[in-house]
Amino acid sequence: MNDDIVILAPWQVGVAYIFVIIVLTILKHRGIKREKVLLYGTLRMSVQLILVGFILTWIIENPHPLITVFIVLVMVSFAALTVMRKFKETMSKPLARVVTLSLFVGTLPVLLFFFAVVIGIRPIYDPQYVIPITGMIVGNSMTGISLGVHTLLTRFTKGKAEIEEALILGATPKDASKPIVDDAFDAAIMPTLNSMLGMGIIFLPGMMTGQILSGVDPSLAISYQIAIMLGILGGVSLTTYAFLQWGYKTFFNREAQLIA
Amino acid sequence: MFRLENVKYKDVLHIETLAFPAHKITCLVGPSGGGKTTLLKLLNKILTPDEGAVFYKENNLETIDSVMHRRDVVLLSQTPFIFPGTIRDNLLKGLRYQGKHREDATLLEALKRVALTQSLDDDADTLSGGEKQRLALARIMVLDAQCILLDEPSSALDDETEMRIVDDVVAYVRAHKKTLIMVTHAKSIAKKVGAHTCTIEAGRLKGCETA
Repeated sequence: MNDDIVILAPWQVGVAYIFVIIVLTILKHRGIKREKVLLYGTLRMSVQLILVGFILTWIIENPHPLITVFIVLVMVSFAALTVMRKFKETMSKPLARVVTLSLFVGTLPVLLFFFAVVIGIRPIYDPQYVIPITGMIVGNSMTGISLGVHTLLTRFTKGKAEIEEALILGATPKDASKPIVDDAFDAAIMPTLNSMLGMGIIFLPGMMTGQILSGVDPSLAISYQIAIMLGILGGVSLTTYAFLQWGYKTFFNREAQLIA
Repeated sequence: MFRLENVKYKDVLHIETLAFPAHKITCLVGPSGGGKTTLLKLLNKILTPDEGAVFYKENNLETIDSVMHRRDVVLLSQTPFIFPGTIRDNLLKGLRYQGKHREDATLLEALKRVALTQSLDDDADTLSGGEKQRLALARIMVLDAQCILLDEPSSALDDETEMRIVDDVVAYVRAHKKTLIMVTHAKSIAKKVGAHTCTIEAGRLKGCETA
């Protein structure tokens, strides 16, 4: 099957930029002032991907356990920074620490299990597998934890009366926060569940289509896709669960009172 | 039962000494915004004083577990939160938090005590403001706590219902040898039921009278 792959020449990639020109024309015609953003976005996407292409080629050709571990740690750290930046106005420092810790605690065991047991790669640090799969699991876990943070912050701000009433009635902070924690977990895993429901019918996932385009047998591509979706589900759930189990505590002091 | 020593909370309350006797009824009176609600919240430990100490049965509240204390000393706030669900769900809420259970008969008795005739399966959200306040009162009565703190329990009620409910609660407290500390706007109520009445004004204790 690999013999059938169409190799993209640079001029062919260049031809694809015609779509940017089409969008530019529409923006100009409608008077929508987004041309700069479109051009900047296109340039940035192209430069970033070309650079990553070079780096990935080098890393895959020169596999080393320390480099792979370093890249995984950088990816998880960037995910934590992205979430913190998104909520920097509303998130307390203890909650930011919980976000970081949860991303590490939630994703690393899932990744380890995935590489060692599910796909059983040898050596386990093979960057050809580790880097793209880590990207998918960490990226989705970051989205999940962001939704969890958003729900937790909104509900703890708007629902103070409900929590305080529960405390007054003798609830522990854990019991008083239970409806909020449950809703936040639900909100966090919902996009993953929705994408599992629609997968294969409403849309074909990127990794699977990518593999098929590069000549992999569709049944093998589907096996990978199913495994990776389950890995993503595990990563999102574990990360969010860890975050919520520690996160709600940051809203209370040691006297089991709501922190204003 | 309670003793306060040099208690300060922000600019809201500053009380040098104050004691609440056990198994008695104490009424707190005084103008709005004077610090009465804050005082009740300090007794329930939903707030902690910035300075000074609150003693409960001669133990400093700082040394007592907050959650266990709140199960012993329940508070009905002035605008209680009614949880989504039925009247039964609301009556069972505090009990569930405390790992207790009560049969429907006990719940109905509590509803009767606060003059509510609705079914346990009725949606609590359909109740009027006054009915919600009474449901919240019934919710803390079923907890059977040693000490009951009420913050204007009848502020949303008409005079007749107010008197009837206060009479019933007072009768319950006396029959079961509970301690009741109640904030009330009506001096007539304080006079009628209060064995002990304290006036709080502008965050200061103005004095206490014993009937």
